[in-house]
Parts: sequence; C-alpha cells; structure tokens
Amino acid sequence: MADLTSNFIGIKSPNPFWLASAPPTDKEYNVRRAFEAGWGGVVWKTLGEEGPPVVNVNGPRYGAIYGGDRKLIGLNNIELITDRPLQQNLQEIKAVKRDYPDRAVIVSLMVPCEEHAWKAILPVVEATGADGIELNFGCPHGMAERGMGSAVGQVPEYIEMVTRWCKQNTRMPVIVKLTPNITDIRLPAEAAKRGGADAVSLINTINSITSVNLDTFSPEPSIGGWGAHGGYCGPAVKPIALNMVAEIARNSETSGLPISGIGGVSTWRDAAEFMTLGAGNVQVCTAAMTYGFKVVQEMISGLSQYMDERGITSTSEIVGRAVPNAKDWQDLNLNYIAKAKIDQDLCIKCGRCFAACEDTSHQAITMSDDRVFEVQNDECVACNLCALVCPVENCISLDAQEPGTIDERTGNIVEAEYANWTTHPNNPSGAMCNIMPDND
Amino acid sequence: MPNTPQTSGIADHRLAPSAYADNFSDLHAPLSDHEALVAADRCYFCHDAPCMDACPTSIDIPLFIRQISTGTAEAAAKTIFEQNILGGMCARVCPTETLCEEVCVRETAEGDPVDIGQLQRYATDRLMAKGQHPFVRAADTGKTVAVVGAGPAGLACAHRLAMNGHAVTMFDARAKGGGLNEFGIAAYKSTGGYAQSEVDWLLSIGGIEVKYDSPLGGPITIDGLKADFDAVFLGIGLGGVNALRAEGEDKANVLDAVDFIAELRQASDLGTVPVGRHVVVIGGGMTAVDAAVQSKLLGADEVTMVYRRGKERMSASEFEQELATSKGVRIIYNAAPVKVTGNGAAQAVEFAYTQDVNGKLENTGETFTVTADQVFKAIGQTLDGAPDGLALEGGKIKVDESGQTSDPAIWAGGDCASGGDDLTVTAVAEGRDAAEAINNKLTAEG
Repeated sequence: MADLTSNFIGIKSPNPFWLASAPPTDKEYNVRRAFEAGWGGVVWKTLGEEGPPVVNVNGPRYGAIYGGDRKLIGLNNIELITDRPLQQNLQEIKAVKRDYPDRAVIVSLMVPCEEHAWKAILPVVEATGADGIELNFGCPHGMAERGMGSAVGQVPEYIEMVTRWCKQNTRMPVIVKLTPNITDIRLPAEAAKRGGADAVSLINTINSITSVNLDTFSPEPSIGGWGAHGGYCGPAVKPIALNMVAEIARNSETSGLPISGIGGVSTWRDAAEFMTLGAGNVQVCTAAMTYGFKVVQEMISGLSQYMDERGITSTSEIVGRAVPNAKDWQDLNLNYIAKAKIDQDLCIKCGRCFAACEDTSHQAITMSDDRVFEVQNDECVACNLCALVCPVENCISLDAQEPGTIDERTGNIVEAEYANWTTHPNNPSGAMCNIMPDND
Repeated sequence: MPNTPQTSGIADHRLAPSAYADNFSDLHAPLSDHEALVAADRCYFCHDAPCMDACPTSIDIPLFIRQISTGTAEAAAKTIFEQNILGGMCARVCPTETLCEEVCVRETAEGDPVDIGQLQRYATDRLMAKGQHPFVRAADTGKTVAVVGAGPAGLACAHRLAMNGHAVTMFDARAKGGGLNEFGIAAYKSTGGYAQSEVDWLLSIGGIEVKYDSPLGGPITIDGLKADFDAVFLGIGLGGVNALRAEGEDKANVLDAVDFIAELRQASDLGTVPVGRHVVVIGGGMTAVDAAVQSKLLGADEVTMVYRRGKERMSASEFEQELATSKGVRIIYNAAPVKVTGNGAAQAVEFAYTQDVNGKLENTGETFTVTADQVFKAIGQTLDGAPDGLALEGGKIKVDESGQTSDPAIWAGGDCASGGDDLTVTAVAEGRDAAEAINNKLTAEG
C-alpha cells in the first residue's frame, strides 16, 4: 500500500484527507470519531471571539438538490460559526490534539476585522497545541452581514491586512480560506500571498437558494415561510472549485502558493483530481455529512491503489501534475480532430445520443428502423454530448483522427502540427486576440 | 372434521378461512410513493422508446414515468389514459414481460427492466383514487352507436365514442360489465372489486347507457341495431370453448376452465368454491395457468397442468409458468389427453406422450395416467353467436385495420375479431381505433 503521508506547509498528517471546517468538526466527540475512522486531519469548525456565542436558526439549516436515486449532489447551509463557548472549544481542541498527535488539527477563525481581536484569539489557539489556523474569509451568510467571513474575503486589501496581522502575531502556519463569491479568484489569492499566507484553501461555499416551496412560496430551507441564501457545496460545486484551484496554480503571481483543495470532494478520484491541479491536500465535508466518516476509508484505499498502479511513492508526486495542461481556450490545438464512435456491442439502443444530437446538436447520428445508431463522420464535430448522455460507460468514445487522414466533415487533411486560434486565418486580430479590446 | 387439501373428491373449505385472503391477495403489491420514485428513476427516457412500440396501445411510457418522477402522478395517469382508458386494468393483467418490459433497454443492459406495469398502476391508481375523470365529453353530435359487449374492447370503444360526443348504448349478455376483466382473470390479478370500479369510473365520462342481461340473439338483433343506430361495434369475445375430443369428456367434473375462473371471481367467500383433491388442467395458455394456480390456492392437494406441446410453444409466458410452478403446480409438457376414466365422474385422465414429426403432432404410443377428480379444459375459446352474414377469418370476425367488418356499418374488435393477440390491451387498442374510425365516418357524414 502506497505511503499517503502528507506534509502540507510543514503540517504532517497520515493522509491528505482533512475534514473541512464545518459541522462535522464542531466538537471533540465528532473529531475523535473522525480520527478513529481514519481522517488525516481536521479543520476545527470556526471559532469566534470571546463573548456570548453566536446563535443559529432553530429551523432547518440545510437544503439539498438531488441527482438520480435521490443521491445528494448539492448541499446548502445557513449555519453560522460555532455556537459553543470559546473556552470549551479550546479545551476540546487541546484534548484531541494531545491524544492524536499524528493528526493535523487546524483551527478555523473568524473575528472582527480589527487587529486587537486577532491579537486576542491567536495566543489562546496557539496554546492548544493546534498545528495551524485557517482564516475563514469565505462564509457567505450571516457572518458576512456583520463584516466578517466573505465580507472580508471579497476585499483583497482586507485579506492582505488580516493575514499580515496573523502572521505577525502567531508562529502557527496561516491558511487563508477563500470565497468563490467573487469574479476573479486570483485577486484574493494574490492578496493572501502578499499578506504572508502560508497557503490558501478553497473554495468556501457558494451563495445559493436550493429550492422554493411551490405551496408556500418560501425559498428553502424555509424558516417559518422565509428563506435566506446559504452556502452551497457538495459534488455539484466540484467543477467550479477545480477551476478556481487551477486558476491560482496557473497564475504566475501565486504559482507555488500551497493550496488546500475544497469543494465537492467525495471520492479518492475527486481528491486526486484536485491534487493534480495544484492542491497539496484536500478538505472534505459534504461526503462525510452524507455518508458518515467511513467514506475516508474508500479515499485512502483508492488513492493507494492509484499510486501503486503507477509506481507513485509520495502524494507530492501527484500535486500539480495537471497544471501544465490547464490552458486558456486560445491555446488549444485546432488541428486536433476527433469523431464520436459508438460501440454497437455495448449499445442498449436507448437512443439518447440520437435525441441529443438530432434535437440539440449537429444531426450527426442516424437511427435505423431497427434502432441501430451510427455516427456520421461528415457531420460530427466531436462535441462529446452523445457520449455524455449515454447511460452506458464507454459505449461512446471520442476517437482522435490520425494526422494525414481526411476529416470527412471539412474535407481537409488532419494536420500533425499544432495550431491554435491566435494564428488562425479567421482570427480578425491575429496574434493580438489575447488582449482584451477596450470597451469605450 | 373440517376439510383439508387431502380430503377426497371435490370439496370446499379445504383451507382455514384466513388462508384464502392471503392466497388471493394482490399478486404484486402496489408500489408505495418511495418505491415508485425509485422505480421511475431507472427510466432512461429513451428516444422513440422501444417500450412504446411494444405496447399495443402505444402508451407514452417514458413521458408518464418522467411525470411520476417529478411528483405529478395524475398527469402521468392522463398520459396513460389518453392511449388506454383501461390502463389501470392493463397495469395489472398485461403480460408486461412479453410486451413493454421485454424490450426495455435496461433489460438489455442489466437483465432487469424498469417496472413499467407497476408504475402504470401507481399512476392510474392515484388518479382514480381521487375520483377524477380526466376527459370531458365533446358536444353532443346527435349520432348514436351501439356497442355490443362491455368487455375491454367494447368499453374502450364506447369511451372514445362518448368522448367524441356520440351517444352510445352498450349491450352485454351478463349482469355486470367488464367482460373478461370481471369474469376471466385470476382473482389475485385484480383484487378489491377493481374491475367494477374501473367500469364505473370509465362510464363517468357520460353519454354511455349500458343495458345488461342483453345478449345479442334474443330480442336484440344485428339488423335491429343497424336500424336503430348510426353504427354498430361488436366486442362479443369468444363465447365458445374448444372440446377435448377425448373419450370420456362428458363425464361429471370435466369442466370448462373459464367457468371455474368466472365462478371464483364472483364468489364473495372463496372458501365456498369447491375444488378437487387431484386437479388436472389441460391446456397451455393463460386460462390454463389461472385455473391451475387458483385450484392450488383454493387448497387442491395436487394440481397438474398438461400441455400437448413443448415448453417453448406454451402461450403462457415464462413468468406465468414460473408463477404456476412456484405455487406448486406440476407442468407436464408434450402430452395429450386420450381419455377420461371414471365411473360417471372423472377419476383419472390418460395421456399419451406426443412428439413433433415434421411440424405435425403425433402420439408416441406411450401413455400415462394422472389421478383426477376434477378436470379443467383450457384449450382455447371459439367465436360463438356472431351475426350471420359477416365474413370470418381464422374462425373470427374478419376486420380491416380500422376494425371495419365486411358490413360497412359494423365494426368489431377484441378477441372476437381477426388480428392481434387475445390480450386485454390489444382489445383496448382495437376498440379505441374502431371508435376513431366510426367517428371519422360519422363526422364525414355530417
């Protein structure tokens, strides 16, 4: 079995799977269960400053959307930071860290945007023996209305300032958790780096309303007939998170800045994908909230098998492997020609590929009277939709054409040379197209 | 001493009273809301779906399943009823394993089709439980149509005609409507008086008058109907039963399976229905299975079903055969009755083994005897009482694609008409299509 030991900004854990700051890490009881199940680390649910704890709503805190078979694919919450007393949390963190010295214990923090508030909390957290802190600049509901959470995360200057205060006032590594509720994730990441952050973690949850009750006309989750936007997470947000992680990994300003990947990680495969796009480790929440802590065992065994099969001996070898291949659209090779191919032996003749192509794409699949579906290469643009809507794995593939063969759609010979949009004859601005035109 | 399965001869109350309710409860319990959602979730919403093609009434199955999955079972039911007004009964009695579910792509993919029949029942039950009728009659056209036979074909025809605004009068020989739905189906396939409630619900569209105890023959003649109505539809089924053509067929307790099934369906207390200790059912169709299985469920000690050809030729589906054997029925293939023996009443049946010689069935000469104090004949029904003058084809009333007979004023459908399998769902399709043809004709006449 592969060695999954992880060293993230100097914080060691037996595997790269941490539980994200969220309800599963709100108290000692849960965290002990998580460690017993095998989690490599936890980010303790966000602590606030000393004083009366925050209060939560007393109705439903979560909303969800489902895929097939009522599989939960998106979860939304309107829960706030911990609603338990600071001292109690600190005592529990200390006890857990003492009993599980090999596991990573990070403490998430959110206090008002004033230096004295941070100066006050940092030493007491440090005293617990915790391995590091994560600055919650991402929570999009409730706390943001009080000038914290994503209200900070949406202003790069605040991120930089608070990060700097923390770096100046603690020896613990500082991870800055970023909100996706912005237009360009690179800017807050750059700010965190300027402030001295050891790492960023992302994404926090996305502003969302999961559903509306069509009898009461209340957004859901409904608190007595009213709903407020909450934070969205779970498998459905993974593509958004992967892109944001890649954006930071690719950005020259932030390249090399350690990233803790968060957002819909549900399986070992998701975790590995985040890591290949630059995440040094991953944080998980919704998968655990859906299935319990045991899911980590599949993540451990799956990543081990993957690494063993490829002779990879350290998780660090995976990190960033896909980053060089993550490009802008204009860099893509326009001479790469593929065609859909249907494996007639695997086809169950549902006709979804035909409906999708005929109704919504390029009319490149024919259907015979006896339900044989065939790709017409002279119409197929290789959009991939047929393969995606096919219910049978590997029944439809997108096969690359060899250079020198004819693309039946265009009648052109497939060129071996790489050529992208910037040099394409149809490009009105030629090589200058990567410069955005002025809008005035 | 109370009767038991081992009580000799023909006897009633072979089982404890509670056993009858258990034995004759729903063959397939209805789906709960959760089960329906799980089942509906498996549908791939195929393009030009094979299941639709396989359904004689062409119900838009992917659409109604999607409607169930989005919480609108009533809309799903309307989708079903638009094509098949007896969709509730068909959901219960259709051999889905040889129709829609046989061609389901998930049968191809995983050997496990979407549970289409049960989903259809779920949707139709939901709407009918609300007492709603999803269709409204068109304005009265002033045209009248006689429909003879209140079975599946006649009911489907009458409903569609009424929907189109015609005034329909139905005539049925029995005291109740429903035809084979009421009299010819195993009790565990249609429980709780479903057939009658379905007839009542269907008639609630209005514009249909039903005259029971009114067989064609007596005072009601085809010429009279032609004179009194603008069009006539015949859905009279198959009233005759094929003979065994075996010696001793006339002995007591050699009975028609259809009569046994009808008696059983009409019994308010199943314990009062007498059944033999040793029952022999001769035939290989659904009627044979229904008679054999129900004999066993009534407490018969030994039930043997004997079919003259091989398993692969049996018209009862694989599922039906397995149902029979799972209930303890013994099935003997490739054997034909030679004679019924007994002193006045049947005591045994002698069979000869058969073999297929160049497509012709021949006795091998080897015989065996099965003890039988009750023998049910289920070797097919025949057309009986069809009006003179109508052309026949294969022993049935000859019809064209629209259901029109050789008399341009008379249409026919269901088991009495040529073409199609003798299935409820086929009868519904034929009745519906004949109604559309009649409507076209009456509308064109102005």
